[in-house]
Amino acid sequence: MLDTAKVKLSKAEVHVIKERCKGCRLCIEFCPKEVLEESDEINEHGVHPPRVKDESRCTLCGFCSAVCPDFAIFAREKNCQRGC
Amino acid sequence: MMEELPHPYEKFLRMDRIPHIWCEGCGNGIILNCFARALSELNIDLNKLVVVSGIGCIGRVSGYINTDSFHTTHGRPIAFATGVKLANPELKVVVISGDGDLFAIGGNHFIHAARRNMDIQVICANNFIYGMTGGQSGPTTPLDSLTTTTPYGNIEEAFNLVHLAAACGAVYVARWTTFHTRWLTESIKKALQKEGFSFIEVVSQCPEIFGRYNKMETAIKMMQWFKETSTLQHLSDPAEAEIRPHNIMVGEFVDIEKPSYGRLLRELAARVAEKK
Amino acid sequence: MAAISVAKTEVGRLGRRLFMSGDVACAEGALAAGCRFFAGYPITPATEIAEHMARRLPEIGGVYIQMEDEIASMAAVIGASYAGVKAMTATSGPGFSLMMENIGLALMTETPCVIVNVMRGGPSTGQPTMPGQQDIMQARWGSHGDYEIIALAPSSVQEMFNLTVEAFNLAETYRVPVFVLADEIVGHMWERVNIPEAESIKIVNRKKPTVPPSDEFAPFKPDEEDLVPPMAVFGEGYHIHATGLTHDERGYPQTESAEAQTKLVQRLCNKIRKNKEKIIRVENAMLEDAEVAVVAYGITARAALSAVRKARTTGIKAGLLRPVTLWPFPEEQVAQMARRVKAIVVPEMNCGQIVREVERAAKETPVIFLPKLGEEPHKPDEILDAIRSIKK
Repeated sequence: MLDTAKVKLSKAEVHVIKERCKGCRLCIEFCPKEVLEESDEINEHGVHPPRVKDESRCTLCGFCSAVCPDFAIFAREKNCQRGC
Repeated sequence: MMEELPHPYEKFLRMDRIPHIWCEGCGNGIILNCFARALSELNIDLNKLVVVSGIGCIGRVSGYINTDSFHTTHGRPIAFATGVKLANPELKVVVISGDGDLFAIGGNHFIHAARRNMDIQVICANNFIYGMTGGQSGPTTPLDSLTTTTPYGNIEEAFNLVHLAAACGAVYVARWTTFHTRWLTESIKKALQKEGFSFIEVVSQCPEIFGRYNKMETAIKMMQWFKETSTLQHLSDPAEAEIRPHNIMVGEFVDIEKPSYGRLLRELAARVAEKK
Repeated sequence: MAAISVAKTEVGRLGRRLFMSGDVACAEGALAAGCRFFAGYPITPATEIAEHMARRLPEIGGVYIQMEDEIASMAAVIGASYAGVKAMTATSGPGFSLMMENIGLALMTETPCVIVNVMRGGPSTGQPTMPGQQDIMQARWGSHGDYEIIALAPSSVQEMFNLTVEAFNLAETYRVPVFVLADEIVGHMWERVNIPEAESIKIVNRKKPTVPPSDEFAPFKPDEEDLVPPMAVFGEGYHIHATGLTHDERGYPQTESAEAQTKLVQRLCNKIRKNKEKIIRVENAMLEDAEVAVVAYGITARAALSAVRKARTTGIKAGLLRPVTLWPFPEEQVAQMARRVKAIVVPEMNCGQIVREVERAAKETPVIFLPKLGEEPHKPDEILDAIRSIKK
């Protein structure tokens, strides 16, 4: 079992480059933690880019970053110097 | 509110040509992504890398990557890459091309480069179809598939590319799907650091054409097929590694050491110089 | 940057007179010009060029590779040239046909390279061990699309050496594939060759960029005076992209713009057309006061010269115009000559190829065509008979 008193889990932040998204939904569908959902916005490709539904669930597995064909999303560690 | 950060891999891309022409959910974009990640993690010298591609949707990759690159005639990237590597062995030469380009029209060049153990890395985007020209069958189109030139179902057996590469003498042979992003990146890294002829087959989705014709019309459906039917078969017999609708065998199938053609040529030159 | 040395190491036995075959002289000429990469496939009667290169290139730090076919050979040549090494291949008719698509790629990507075609009897498999001059038009038009090329026709073993050097220099100057159109006789015959000292052999290397690498560098932006872009090669940090697709000055595909197509294709043609004066070479004999001219090239020119000399001894004012460059064709020179003579005799070992260019340039001046096919080249007397047949 993970001792969360001793081991600090990274906090993640997910960045979406909205105008690049072509709406394939691979990130939304295959995120193992259901962090993402389709947004209501429509971008210049005429699709709804993803948005973060619940960032606290992100474990920084990196799958969204890796599976995006369009370099439209990436996750990275939050810089938590002033608390997260 | 997040500030607009650039994507960490933008330095590997010709940003003046993004967005690329590939369809939504196209496996080609994932392959480029995994390749960029491998370059990033290895900290490869981008001034000494040459990416060569042939004709097809994946062939456009050489125009998007921010390195020296060349887009050859159909089927010929491996032969071109051979010339590059022999002329300047300091360059790292990678061929990224499609199933038809590498194994139909380009088949002869593949088997000989593998036989010679040319020190180049070949990544094949195998999407089972000729997408760029509108969806004709190719040498990896699965039996019974529908394409524009097999409107009644394909009656040709598909190549087992893993077996072919292994039989021809490749020193590293792996197959992954675009779902196996982490494995694929690791294989690319391995191949880039390994002397000799490496071959990585990437089973890749073409949802717009292959998918639509064969009841998997979205990237999600095709990726679900990859996820659900792939089985990990490290170092199993390449001859048995065929792709079946219910079983896509993935893994590393060959990982051996053999001197590359370039090394043997340098040894030859040294012998010749000694004799004089 | 290439690991292969291009220093002027000993090339053959420089500065000596030697006795050798045309094919070997061609190979030695290439080495003298700085060629350090050969990719080819055996084919009669060019095989000896490959064999000689296989022996010599490893001696001087070059690369010989026998590719699986001629298509691969041409592709490898382009690759080597783009990696910064002077590269060539050698073939005959059937291999020439196979190379055509990639010759188009070399043209489109402005790749300096040399292709030797030691012509034999065609079409198809034809007569592999017999001479022919049947591939002249193919050299000019063999690949699809619109373009211009340079082709040289050696008439002697010495010219196999000299013109191969010149072919490399022209290729480097104009960033274009250059053809050496020999024939089986010139390829296989043995003659004396003077191989000059290395210092006296003029070598031209491709123009290099004068600016350092940057995002704005345009690998296909031509210099205004000669329409030829300076060539950055792989590994120099320029991150060049080249494609066989129609492209802009950055090298990026432009598959929908009529403007891009017009600009590029016309420049590829104009860079040869505009520089014609510097490229075209013609050798004349007794032509200044000639009333009858013979236009001949390659092995045929040897018999033609003999015929012209014989004609002169009998009082006929005959002269020879020998195109050394078959392409671009020396139209001006032929047109000027045609205005002065009564008729022109064109002997060729084919069914009519260069004669068509002569007819075009000669306009109203009658042209007598002397075809000959098969093992024997024209005899001087055959050409002399044609000269004699012209009424005063």
